[in-house]
Amino acid sequence: MNKVMTATLHPAPAAACPGCLAVPAEPVGAPLVDARIALSLPTIHCQACISKVERGLAAQPGVHSARVNLTLKRAMIEADPEIRAEDLAEVVRGLGYEAHELDQTALGVTSTDSAGRALLLRLAVSGFAAMNVMLLSVSVWSGASDATRDMFHWISAAITLPALAYAAQPFARNAWSALSAGRLNMDVPIMLAIVLAVITSLWETALSGAHAYFDAALTLTFFLLAGRYLDHRTRAMARSAAEELTALEVPRALRLGAGGPQEVALAELAIGDLVLVRPGARMPVDGEIVEGRSELDRSLLTGETLPVFAAPGQAVSAGEVNLTGPLTVRATAVGAETSLRRMAELVAVAESGRANYTSLADRAAKLYAPGVHILAGLSWLGWLLATGDMRVALNIAAAVLIITCPCALGLAVPAVTTAASGRLFRKGLLIKDATALERLAQVDTVVFDKTGTLTAGTPEATNIDENGKDDLAIALALASASAHPLSRALATAIAARGIVAAPVDDIAEVPGFGTEGRLGGQLVRLGRAAWVGAEECGGTAAWLSTGQGAPRAFRFTDALRPGAAEAVAALRQAGMQVLLISGDTRQAVDDLADRLGIETRIANARPEDKAARVEALRNEGRHVLMVGDGLNDTAALAAAHVSISPASALDAARVASDIVLLGTDLSPVAEACEIARRATRRIRENFRIATLYNVVAVPLAIAGLATPLVAALAMSTSSMTVSLNALRLAGRK
Amino acid sequence: MTVLGFLIPVSLILGGIGLVAFLYTVRSNQYDDPEGDSRRILNDDWDDHPKP
Repeated sequence: MNKVMTATLHPAPAAACPGCLAVPAEPVGAPLVDARIALSLPTIHCQACISKVERGLAAQPGVHSARVNLTLKRAMIEADPEIRAEDLAEVVRGLGYEAHELDQTALGVTSTDSAGRALLLRLAVSGFAAMNVMLLSVSVWSGASDATRDMFHWISAAITLPALAYAAQPFARNAWSALSAGRLNMDVPIMLAIVLAVITSLWETALSGAHAYFDAALTLTFFLLAGRYLDHRTRAMARSAAEELTALEVPRALRLGAGGPQEVALAELAIGDLVLVRPGARMPVDGEIVEGRSELDRSLLTGETLPVFAAPGQAVSAGEVNLTGPLTVRATAVGAETSLRRMAELVAVAESGRANYTSLADRAAKLYAPGVHILAGLSWLGWLLATGDMRVALNIAAAVLIITCPCALGLAVPAVTTAASGRLFRKGLLIKDATALERLAQVDTVVFDKTGTLTAGTPEATNIDENGKDDLAIALALASASAHPLSRALATAIAARGIVAAPVDDIAEVPGFGTEGRLGGQLVRLGRAAWVGAEECGGTAAWLSTGQGAPRAFRFTDALRPGAAEAVAALRQAGMQVLLISGDTRQAVDDLADRLGIETRIANARPEDKAARVEALRNEGRHVLMVGDGLNDTAALAAAHVSISPASALDAARVASDIVLLGTDLSPVAEACEIARRATRRIRENFRIATLYNVVAVPLAIAGLATPLVAALAMSTSSMTVSLNALRLAGRK
Repeated sequence: MTVLGFLIPVSLILGGIGLVAFLYTVRSNQYDDPEGDSRRILNDDWDDHPKP
């Protein structure tokens, strides 16, 4: 049955080329291309989950194939073009698993990582060749002589030359691009060592000499490729996780056309289009409200927690969240023209605090590359002058280059970074930038944003118990009827006290104002102060009027993000200065700072103020860690020495920061600083170990005592030592 | 020492087979979902007949 369906329904193999799908789709009406849908399934974990999801999806009409990837926790589905991802996500939710649609374009064109694969193939080839040549070399070292030794050397050459021609390409390319730009990098001495080793070895072999460095050239390539591969994998993992976060925000909007609302991609919206924004959705465009009343949550843009009343004629900007009623918005700016995107781009251009940071590896390379060349050149010249024998001089120079090879240096950083990032990833921290760990280790000042970072963005009622039971019962009845965040928080809190809702009839939500109903003929209202006839007070509050006595206020504060208190306490204990800078009102900021014990707090800060403050701290010589989530934080995030944003942050904020916090818990932040510090210490240790090996072996090489055996021993042991030293970081609790 | 004439090619060929097998696994996407593949083997859906 399945076979028949696939055979008949499977149209042209257009979807075999994923790149084709990135091309704007043909006009509706000629849908021959299979739709490829990706769903994120964060809760699947076992074989039964895989089967259940795959079977459930495959049973849907129009679905051709569905495959779950447990490593990525993702399902890839090929289906008829008219199948909507949201419907399939609903199917999976019906099976009992969380499911979110992923935006295909944000996931990158191909899911397989071709650069990583190429590196892995080169690593495999060089590993294979190195092992074989090493075996032949061992026989030579243990006493093979005369014709046997020559034969072993020639076989080694036959394996080495093609293997190197393939495997050493990345180094050759990098070295060439550095040289043609008139610079030196790590790859120049590497390439020089490989080429010189091969040339002298061939020469020696042709003259039936005793020393050939084929094994050294290959092992060197193998170790260095291992370092590159580790480095690449760490980055690829971070990139794919970051892409997944972006892909979770599917850029769609509801456009109001002649035939009612229609779901379209954001890119298709034009200025003047009418867009319907449902409660709970984010504004897709800048525009003006033409219909509907509601409240807007601007906290991601300004840091203010107090919702703003929204009515026709009012301007809205992209990124604001619509809270209560549906709004129709006429777009005045779309896509890259929206104020959100323009501000995000300004941030990208702004001077960043890390632009002039040189990583430890680069600093080491700056010392290393010229040093090695000078050393090798001098020993060649010295031996040439002393003996007048080109063959001997070249042999010595090759030995020096091989002994000083940066295998250990090339492995020292990637091995540590891989171990540390893997550990942090398990704790829910995604390291996006290669040097972020080193920078994090230097941090001595931490700046927190308030809304959405230290607070969870969900309100919490504070004074429920000051009200009478009857009032609470009415409030519960009214609050339960609304999806407004304040109402929802109030309803949960009252219901948790075991109070039963009062019999309120004719409950209706008046978008932008509140909820009203009738209790035995008496009008009761829960909502904005002005609407129920009360005086506005500071802070977030909802007012209840029951017709008897003055309206009562329910006050709210923002609930703390889990782990926020622990994170602040741990950071302070580690001797760091903690600051709170927020765009919210003084009272709200003070409340929170007192709760967490943060002494330095700044309220009513505009985005420029935040960035200026971070800048000022930087000029004082401090290394600032900025933790923030909103658009108003992005400038500060970019200006800081290193920055962290939670996964719930705006895309622009996540892009501007080096580290993304994947979970909701904030407590790993303090731990991350500790791990980063240990990782940097480990990197320095590794450099010292590598230097020590060189200090011992280089004099031997210059003195002409370094045989290929000594070279192989020095190289392998130093590489092993640094790798094992790095692994200690991953293992220890 | 004539035995070397056999042993060296034999060892190279055996090693080469391993290398080619590894290259094949990389090229056919067998490392895309290590976690899922290790569990799929427990799946009893196609125990009685092969997957169509």
